[in-house]
Amino acid sequence: MDRRNFLKNLSMAGTATAAATSLNIAAESPKPHEFVSVLVDAKRCIGCRECEAACATQNGLPVPDTKDKSVFEDIREPTPTQWTVVNRFETENGTVFVKKQCMHCNQAACSTACLTEAMKKTEEGPVIWREGKCMGCRYCMVSCPFTIPKFEYHSANPKIQKCIFCYERLAEGEVPACVQSCPVDALQFGQRREMVQEARNRVSDNPHSYVQHIYGEDEVGGTGWLYVSPVPFDEIGFRTDLGGEPIPELTQSFLYAVPVVFLLWPVFLNAIRAKEESSALPPRDQS
Amino acid sequence: MTTSVQSGTPREWDIREFVKFVIKEAKPRGKFLTPFNMISIPIILVGAILVVIRFVFGIGSITNLSQSTPWGIWIGFDVVTGVAFAGGAYVVTFLVYILGAKQYHSIVRVTVLNGFLAYMFYAGALMLDLGRPWKIINPIIGNSFGVSSVLFLVAWHFLLYMAAEFIEFSPAIAEWLGWPRLRKIVGGLTIASVIFGITLSTLHQSGLGALFLMAKSKIHPLWFTEFIPVLFFISSIFAGLSMVIFEGSISHKVFRSRVSHEGHADHDAILLGLAKICAGVMFVYFFLKVLVLVHSQQTHLLATAWGVWFMVEVLGFVLVPGYLFFRAVRAGDVGLVKVASALALVGIILNRLNISVIAYEWYAANPYIPSWMEIEVTAAVICVEIWAFRWVVTRMPVLSDPPSWAPER
Repeated sequence: MDRRNFLKNLSMAGTATAAATSLNIAAESPKPHEFVSVLVDAKRCIGCRECEAACATQNGLPVPDTKDKSVFEDIREPTPTQWTVVNRFETENGTVFVKKQCMHCNQAACSTACLTEAMKKTEEGPVIWREGKCMGCRYCMVSCPFTIPKFEYHSANPKIQKCIFCYERLAEGEVPACVQSCPVDALQFGQRREMVQEARNRVSDNPHSYVQHIYGEDEVGGTGWLYVSPVPFDEIGFRTDLGGEPIPELTQSFLYAVPVVFLLWPVFLNAIRAKEESSALPPRDQS
Repeated sequence: MTTSVQSGTPREWDIREFVKFVIKEAKPRGKFLTPFNMISIPIILVGAILVVIRFVFGIGSITNLSQSTPWGIWIGFDVVTGVAFAGGAYVVTFLVYILGAKQYHSIVRVTVLNGFLAYMFYAGALMLDLGRPWKIINPIIGNSFGVSSVLFLVAWHFLLYMAAEFIEFSPAIAEWLGWPRLRKIVGGLTIASVIFGITLSTLHQSGLGALFLMAKSKIHPLWFTEFIPVLFFISSIFAGLSMVIFEGSISHKVFRSRVSHEGHADHDAILLGLAKICAGVMFVYFFLKVLVLVHSQQTHLLATAWGVWFMVEVLGFVLVPGYLFFRAVRAGDVGLVKVASALALVGIILNRLNISVIAYEWYAANPYIPSWMEIEVTAAVICVEIWAFRWVVTRMPVLSDPPSWAPER
């Protein structure tokens, strides 16, 4: 199945409901579709790290020893050779395991930051990195609010490394490797709209088991990966101060001002110069 | 025969004469065993070795950059601070060619040369920091235009501005080569490239600040504001002029014999005039800094250690040098102007490094401290730039008078 068909199938249900409510918009854009999404349930996660191993196998990275529980002694970040990590947090309400990887933001800062379009928010939702375009400036790393893109500092031909949402697997109609590997259904794959609904149901049906927040529903304008948790998110390593504004909007007003300045400045400058020249003759050129 | 290879003499095109001339001019001149050479040559050699290591073993082999601190002093100092320091060129050309302030005409060439070399070397040092510099043509030739990126804008503006500055400086090259016709052509392009250059500078000086807008969650709230682009632009005015004052004072001493009679006579008046502008702009900048702080309702943070550091920057290295400029102008004290310009330059270094490096990921457990090798390479780049500057100044009519055949001022 090619990517278009994959998308078509994937967004079938969403298209049906969207078309019914959005009047003529569907007629103008015949294939509206949703971003893909994964819902992570920190309550269900048992810290088996099968997702870490599956991710490594899928992406040709060194496969970690999942039996080694000593890794939980530190809070780990993804690395260039490990795109996803599971961390253990000891909270007042007991031990909570939670997986970390690229959030695949709806409006991805890294993709906006990239001046070569190497980092790209695809139509399907995954944020991917393209080796042939990247010049290694690392502005994506500066911009990412989750500090996800990693750089190979010890390579003469360095790459940016991060979770790409198993983009190729999705194109073949499969779910991401980590989702498939999860033995306890802590990871669930689907359309973002469905996953938000599923998350809402889960937290409202079990108000005593979950905090009443879906991380990623609104953060930085919404993310492709969504989290529900039995404990407040700041207790399990999430930044809760990011706000709901998409990161790219922070530079939007500056970029809008650019063409205005670019067109008006020369006119103003020339007008001032002409006026000065008529009052007193300045040098016509450099001498 | 001897006169035909003299620099500055008008001559007809002759390829053999031209090659002979270039070879003659390319040779080093003057004493070799100067203190500056003795210091700079080892620095440049060590820097060259480090650059080789960097390209063979990766950026991490000589820098302390990390996954959480992707930009260090090669960006924060070489590029972000260096470009602010190079702002003098657009300000001085604005004064002379737009406002018609002829009294600054004698410093235009040296300022434009400095600006051009600064962009070439400090922005050129960016190539060392790029992980995959061989892909730098991607955003330029058009197979991948990331037009939503502020960095795309900055990269293009660097490139175009270097071209504009080169055109602005090229009359000096034409005079050196002794080509009156080329001199006439490039002289006619000066006004256009000045206007273009000022426009580009406005946008990329502010654009360098706008780069950090997306790092809102990582920069300490005392430094993060949506007004970073405006603050960067305004501070680039006095940063550039302070550099003109500071650097001009040094090169006037070092290249005393090259300086034209007019240049000598005007120099103190020029410095005081620039100091006056610096004083005015620095008070505006200080006022804006205070306004932003009050508006952001972050004044309570002044009582923290970061607040003290913030006040060191804003009081010690903006308000104080601004006041010293003001005092110096009132008293006609050129010595004090030079002191004020040095303090103002320190203030710009602090501000740019605070935003790009020091207050970036201020909460990090292991803050980034540059390795000696990063500092060494930066020093090497500066030394090479000074060599290039010296080479040009001792050959072309930059500080000295143009040849007699060149158009009148």
